[in-house]
Amino acid sequence: MNFNEPTIDYAGIAPLIALTVGLCLVLLSAVFKPFKRSAPVMTTTTLFISAGLLIERWGEPETLITGALRLDDLAIAISLIAILTAVFCVLFSIRERATEEAGSGEYHALLLGSVLGMVMLTQATNLVTFFVALEILSIPLYILCATNLRREGSLESGLKYLIVGSIGSATLLYGMAFLYGGTGSTNFTGIADGIARNGLDGDPLILIGIAMATVGLAFKVSIAPFHQWTPDVYQGAPTPITAFMAVATKAAAFAVFVRFFDVALGSQLDIWQPALAALAAISIVVGNVGAIGQDSLKRLMGWSGVAQAGYMLGGVVVVSEAGTSSLVFYLSAYAFMNLAAFAVIVARERETVFGDDIRAIRGLAAERPLLAWPLTISMLALAGLPATAGFIGKLYLIEALVEGDYTWLGVMIAIGTMISLAYYLRVVAAMWMRPEGGVAPGATPVIAGASPEADPVDSDAGRRWYLVGPAILAAAATVFFGVIPQPLVEFASHAGAALFG
Amino acid sequence: MSSALLWAPLAFGLLGLFLPRRAAGPWAVLGTLATLGIAIAVVAGFDSGNSGLQHVVDEPWISGLGVDYSLGVDGLNLFLLLLTAVLWVGGVAFAALREQERPKTFYFLMLVAETATLGAFLAQDLLLFVLFFDLMLVPFYFLFGAWGYDRSGEGGLTASRATMKMIIYTLIGSLLMLVAAITTAIIAADGGEITFSIAELAQQGIGESSQRWIFWFFAAAFLVKMPAFLLHGWLPDAYRAAPLPVLLVFSGVLAKVGAYGFLRVVLPVFPDATVEFQEVVLLIALASILYGSVMAFTQTNVRLIAGYSSVAQLGFITAGIFALRADGADGAILQMVNHGLVVAPIFIIVALLLERTGSEDIREMGGLALRAPVLAAMFLIVALATLALPGSANFIGEFYILNGLFQEKIVFAFVAITGVAMSAYYALRLYQQTMHNRQPSERDQGLLSREISLRDGLVLAPLVLCILALALYPQLILERTAPTVEQTVAKVKRGDAPDAQLAER
Repeated sequence: MNFNEPTIDYAGIAPLIALTVGLCLVLLSAVFKPFKRSAPVMTTTTLFISAGLLIERWGEPETLITGALRLDDLAIAISLIAILTAVFCVLFSIRERATEEAGSGEYHALLLGSVLGMVMLTQATNLVTFFVALEILSIPLYILCATNLRREGSLESGLKYLIVGSIGSATLLYGMAFLYGGTGSTNFTGIADGIARNGLDGDPLILIGIAMATVGLAFKVSIAPFHQWTPDVYQGAPTPITAFMAVATKAAAFAVFVRFFDVALGSQLDIWQPALAALAAISIVVGNVGAIGQDSLKRLMGWSGVAQAGYMLGGVVVVSEAGTSSLVFYLSAYAFMNLAAFAVIVARERETVFGDDIRAIRGLAAERPLLAWPLTISMLALAGLPATAGFIGKLYLIEALVEGDYTWLGVMIAIGTMISLAYYLRVVAAMWMRPEGGVAPGATPVIAGASPEADPVDSDAGRRWYLVGPAILAAAATVFFGVIPQPLVEFASHAGAALFG
Repeated sequence: MSSALLWAPLAFGLLGLFLPRRAAGPWAVLGTLATLGIAIAVVAGFDSGNSGLQHVVDEPWISGLGVDYSLGVDGLNLFLLLLTAVLWVGGVAFAALREQERPKTFYFLMLVAETATLGAFLAQDLLLFVLFFDLMLVPFYFLFGAWGYDRSGEGGLTASRATMKMIIYTLIGSLLMLVAAITTAIIAADGGEITFSIAELAQQGIGESSQRWIFWFFAAAFLVKMPAFLLHGWLPDAYRAAPLPVLLVFSGVLAKVGAYGFLRVVLPVFPDATVEFQEVVLLIALASILYGSVMAFTQTNVRLIAGYSSVAQLGFITAGIFALRADGADGAILQMVNHGLVVAPIFIIVALLLERTGSEDIREMGGLALRAPVLAAMFLIVALATLALPGSANFIGEFYILNGLFQEKIVFAFVAITGVAMSAYYALRLYQQTMHNRQPSERDQGLLSREISLRDGLVLAPLVLCILALALYPQLILERTAPTVEQTVAKVKRGDAPDAQLAER
């Protein structure tokens, strides 16, 4: 057996290199006093550089490192979503307690590490890079969840995420082993060829592999019934990290989800398509029902994320260009909607004594209209009301589903959306409408596990540019792409064409 | 022209956000007046012999998904657009004469609502229609919830709960409609290029079995909006919670969007299902007439009397449409305008009564005619129009509807006629109890004048004048709507023979 030295296109992996170098520099900056305060700036710069390097490759798909990675428009699109989210996360982290407790340099280096994993994951076309990237993504997040050192909830969240995440990874790895055992290849295309060559159509080996890989991935994107960790971890983690996890992790995991299933397992469509459709439906119902009555906004966003993952899984179920495009569109819209909401949650968490409880936003429309409008737009968009990107996203998804003969899943999305109104509008009502019956007098604040240090950290947080700015920006993007969706549709359809073009 | 009409209110609304608080009201009135001006220009420039679309705008909007920004005016929507523009002037002007909390947001939302409503009427693309149909709800959600009345003290719901109920009811219908619209387009495209253009969908047609379930997805959305009997659960709470100037436009216009949807979308695109389910819808319509009428003359809250009478009237309108005859549908359109024009003044009068007597309960009112003769006179005109006194345009509208129904389904027509009789009862009861019927226990002694103020009169009088004008010359509407209506109904009639239609494809 000859060993062929792989030809490495350094320009192609430049974004990854940039992130790695940035990561090291940020980590080192913590050691040298003059640079102590520069971690956020350095992180942002790194993110922008790698985003630029990625955009430069737009429209020129290329296979890197002998088929281990593939830098195509799908990978770039999802990476950009992850990087954008990370930039927002850096802004949200300014003056965040967790950043100070864990050390700014370490915190930001971990964040960059996770982004590195994500960018790699979106490009992964090989089981090995797939798994390695997933771990690079996850391990920093386990730590980041627990960075709020003095809060029990944060530590609990980190530990819980570590355990559940490891189980997910292990399951996935086990599934991969089966697939490799059956097909003798770790490459996605190699697996597809192997299934055909070895006559493994519907073979138990492949079935077990698919099932376990599905479960492992479902853990990562929080699809029900593998979602139980989501509300707890979301609530316990520092809010900027919650925002990052909610959007970026989901985006990156969906990228590999769709690539893995469509490229490697495309021939086994009949087996996994109904199963994924069922998972999507379960997720829609469980997520939406679970979110009803949640008083913690972060938990609410967690449950809503479960439901939204169910919607997006629809884009994976119909193996088509339209499906993948709609998935990318929805992920982009989802990023804007969620980031707007989290910006407001972060601001109110620091400003009021209520933490992330829904009481923190009561009367917000009168008190802080500049925060109330973004959160309102975000909630309406998540509920899929028109003139927001959320509506177009649902339209796109349902159109793809109906075209792919999954009309019933489209109806499920509509039903799920109806249920979701009950909790999204409750948030809106809290901001705009008179409180119902007022707060029970004398009752000790029962903020189900929310931040126990219930003193306002920064009573002016609702006016800080780094919170109000992102909130308005994300909300404006949500409305803009709801009214003029064409640019984002084109962006998404380029990405979708990468797998099928 | 269509685009100008559509976006004018929104443009004024956005600019209004940058004005000082005190200017917000007058500015919004100006915005609605400008919109009314454009609407009048559209009506004036309308070619009444033409059954097709006029002032057409058709640009690709989301080309990847087959959605076009496509607007147009024809006989079906012409006067509903005008009605929208007129009532919004009334509602906003009436609000502007009073103090509003957070006025900038209030008027902004009012104007957004106008754009959304006009959009639902103007849209010629099915998806655009669904979009505006859903969008209408958003501003009203805030207007009802944040500016509405808390009724929890009177055994009712708080404003936010009442609004939530309304939203959930109406969105259940319209979300299913979204799926139905997409499915329609995909089935009609049959693997080809997807289009949502209503005209093209009507031409391409879809199979009968798909029509059956898609029909009900659309019908559910429209019947909830009206609301029809059994789907009206949101109405009492929402009507009691709503601020009156908002309720004026809501009751006057939004209910009609549902009825209009049948004419614009359901009849042309699902002709087979329409014929098949004609009697079912007629039954629902009759039930609405009877139920609405009975409720209207047992309620004592003035808003609810008006609300339930709307249920009955919309029942009439639905019956007219589902007579599936040109005269019935003509009558339905005329009646939509008529009903909008009578219900709006009623809510203004309710607001004035509330200010004068401090109550919305007719048992606590009475004897106002003496002290407010002008107000009483205007109310009398409105009441008589409501009960469709011969000579009013409402009479002509109901006559056309019943005529159509008689020709088609005589049994249904007989039942519907009882609705006419009952409307006389509730309209007269409403007038009598509030204006005459002086109570023995006068709460305020002394014969103070409770007359309508000149400024309020300037809002109310034009609406009453519209009623009078239409009574004198209903042809204004009928001759412009007839060509389009005939064409729309003729298409359904062809649908009587589905085999022939399929063979044609």
